[in-house]
Amino acid sequence: MPEPIRYKTSDEVDFVVIGSGAAGGVLAKELSTNGFRVVVLEQGPYLTEADFTHNEVEVLQRNQLTNRPSLQPTTFRKTPHDKARRQPALVYGRMVGGSSVHFTANYWRFHEIDFIERSKVGPVPGAALADWPITYADLEPYYTKAEWELGVSGLAGASPFDPPRSKPYPMPPLPVKSGGVIFERAARKLDWHPFPAPMAILSQPRPGRSVCVQCGFCESFGCEVGAKSSTLATVIRMAEKTGRCEIRPNCYVHRVEINAHGRVIGAAYFDAKRVTHIQKAKAVVVCANGAETPRLLLLSTNRQFPDGLANSSGLVGKYLMMNSGPSAMALFEHPLNDYKGVAVSRILHDFYELDPQKVGFCGGGGLDARFDMTPISFATTGYDMGGLPPGTPKWGKEFKATLAHNYTRSLEFVSHGTSLPVENNSFSLDPNVNDAWGLPALRMTYKDHPDDLKLGAFLRARILELLDATDAVQKWASPVEEQEFAYHLLGTCRMGNDPKSSVINADHRTHDVKNLFLCDGSSLVTSGRGQPTLTISALAYRAADRITALAQKGEI
Amino acid sequence: MNESLSRRRFLSRGVTGLSAAWASAHWPALLAAATHAHQAAKSAAPVKLGFFTSDEAKEIDAIASRIIPTDDTPGAHEAGVVYFVDRGLTTFSVDDQKTYREGLPALQARVAEMFQGKSKFSELTPEQQDEVLHSFDEQNAQGRQRRFRTSAGAQNFFETLRQHTIAGFLIDPDYGGNRDAAGWKVIGREREHMFQPPFGYYDKDYPGWEVAIKADANEAEKK
Repeated sequence: MPEPIRYKTSDEVDFVVIGSGAAGGVLAKELSTNGFRVVVLEQGPYLTEADFTHNEVEVLQRNQLTNRPSLQPTTFRKTPHDKARRQPALVYGRMVGGSSVHFTANYWRFHEIDFIERSKVGPVPGAALADWPITYADLEPYYTKAEWELGVSGLAGASPFDPPRSKPYPMPPLPVKSGGVIFERAARKLDWHPFPAPMAILSQPRPGRSVCVQCGFCESFGCEVGAKSSTLATVIRMAEKTGRCEIRPNCYVHRVEINAHGRVIGAAYFDAKRVTHIQKAKAVVVCANGAETPRLLLLSTNRQFPDGLANSSGLVGKYLMMNSGPSAMALFEHPLNDYKGVAVSRILHDFYELDPQKVGFCGGGGLDARFDMTPISFATTGYDMGGLPPGTPKWGKEFKATLAHNYTRSLEFVSHGTSLPVENNSFSLDPNVNDAWGLPALRMTYKDHPDDLKLGAFLRARILELLDATDAVQKWASPVEEQEFAYHLLGTCRMGNDPKSSVINADHRTHDVKNLFLCDGSSLVTSGRGQPTLTISALAYRAADRITALAQKGEI
Repeated sequence: MNESLSRRRFLSRGVTGLSAAWASAHWPALLAAATHAHQAAKSAAPVKLGFFTSDEAKEIDAIASRIIPTDDTPGAHEAGVVYFVDRGLTTFSVDDQKTYREGLPALQARVAEMFQGKSKFSELTPEQQDEVLHSFDEQNAQGRQRRFRTSAGAQNFFETLRQHTIAGFLIDPDYGGNRDAAGWKVIGREREHMFQPPFGYYDKDYPGWEVAIKADANEAEKK
């Protein structure tokens, strides 16, 4: 492979792509393949498979692959009337490949309902529920492209609730685990419809990438054998091979530069030594995730945009959605050894689309059987539930005995559900707290919509019903609580046809700035039912087609 | 021994220098070699303390040994937790140095307060040691009468050491704790880096997706 190209900051490239995750990696590959000169500015380091480990202390406690609360503090408040307090509020991948490197690799498509729910169920008080300007049918070819190009294991037709698809999965499902078998049998007893989980992990090898070795360190970790279909393991390499795309790591973009004519001219960033550079470009595509994309726009104020770039609607950062869902743990008589293999092997979508008239709320969800706890996180109670039953002593003989007995015999059932878009739920700039570079910190404002909490109670009841249909010897469920921490960062620069009620149009172009595009979780109009990564990558494939067409017509 | 050590060095240098594609293709062989080299290197490596004095190390080892005691299976002592903590305090946990520097004497003050004439945790019987550590449990409980003076330093120290002990007992042995994978043997986690189905009791007789559907349908019909 030839040395990847290096551009000078004074070279006016065709596109600067900010961020290299599930969307940025795809756009980098697609745009450079289409003949454009591309610079990708990535905040984090350029790590590869050889750098990845199973070191729980480095990865989970010292944030080797993710944003660092010590350098990048965040604040949280429930409503705009509350005072924000400093606390970790979110996690995202901070490295080349972004969150697609450390995610669990659940890879659900959104269903038709997710794009048209407003039309179907009508208005929901307290929520700005809206239809997307595109439909499932518009996105379907790009779902298929993502599944085939990135590599997804699954079984088409196994779920009666699956939306229509133009092609099956490119490879068969990964092996079922004991937890998956327990889930599958219990669900069928209830006449529900369990099916093999679609996962962005290889069940068959691909050139330069190993088949999954079932090591069990998927969630939060980078895959050492390239089996997880991150953009790092796939499209980023393809982008570099075009000879037109430079991946530039350790570049923290803090301002999108704009000229007197209201056109973007490049992006200003701190390099690893905190020296500022401006990379010139004909157009900018921001793919920095649903928290950092709105933050960057809010940081990029000027005379024309005193409230933030492309923010004439006032909606940049608003309508934050993060999915939700309670979970339950269960203990079984015999060893499952579910620490082996990928986190999830069976899911079900029977409750994806519910009738609001019948259940009394708007939303839906899916369930999975999983074991995604590493040994240390199983033995402790972190910011999620640990693996030990409530009331277990925290040290001593009984602690050790419970740990020794339960580790191989435990299983978790997890639900994933809708978050409704609420205007107050947002990312904004904290006026009182700065990050280590002196920039205003992210402030998260979030209070679950009442329907989201009702959905949580509904899904929790389904999980317990499902557990009742198993031979579990002990079970315990997490309570339904208002959320204060986000894994999924969605909806904060939403897509729409009306510039007053959305930030970008269906081409991912900002309504206000002709050569500024946004594509990542922030583009989503609804939250789906969980597992948004495939939709983010599919949107990126589609956005690349739209942007290429506009560029070829000279309309950027 | 020298041969093993140099092989290990070669291996770690080699992996970072080679392409990911090569590493993927040679993964099983690589892992087998790494595991072998690691075990060989470890058994030969002399243990040196970097942060604790030997007296302090004895105290830390004694406390860790009550957090995860040795019974019919190995505990924190056998897993070499004290060495993991010692290394941590000069590397990944330097921020906790103060917690240990101030916390251990505070905990020893509690020992003296509870047991006249004693000044070291490691001098107590296991029952007395548990009594000292349980005094922190009681401080945790809200609204309960405190039997001892509040010591935030000792409290924080014990909680930090508790977490470090669990980490040192259960971390992948490649990263400086969990000696001889003692912790993983206790919880039943196999040391291998690659696994193949069937994984456990409930999937060993799984007949396959299509057959399972029919079998479940037949069973439902019988009922």
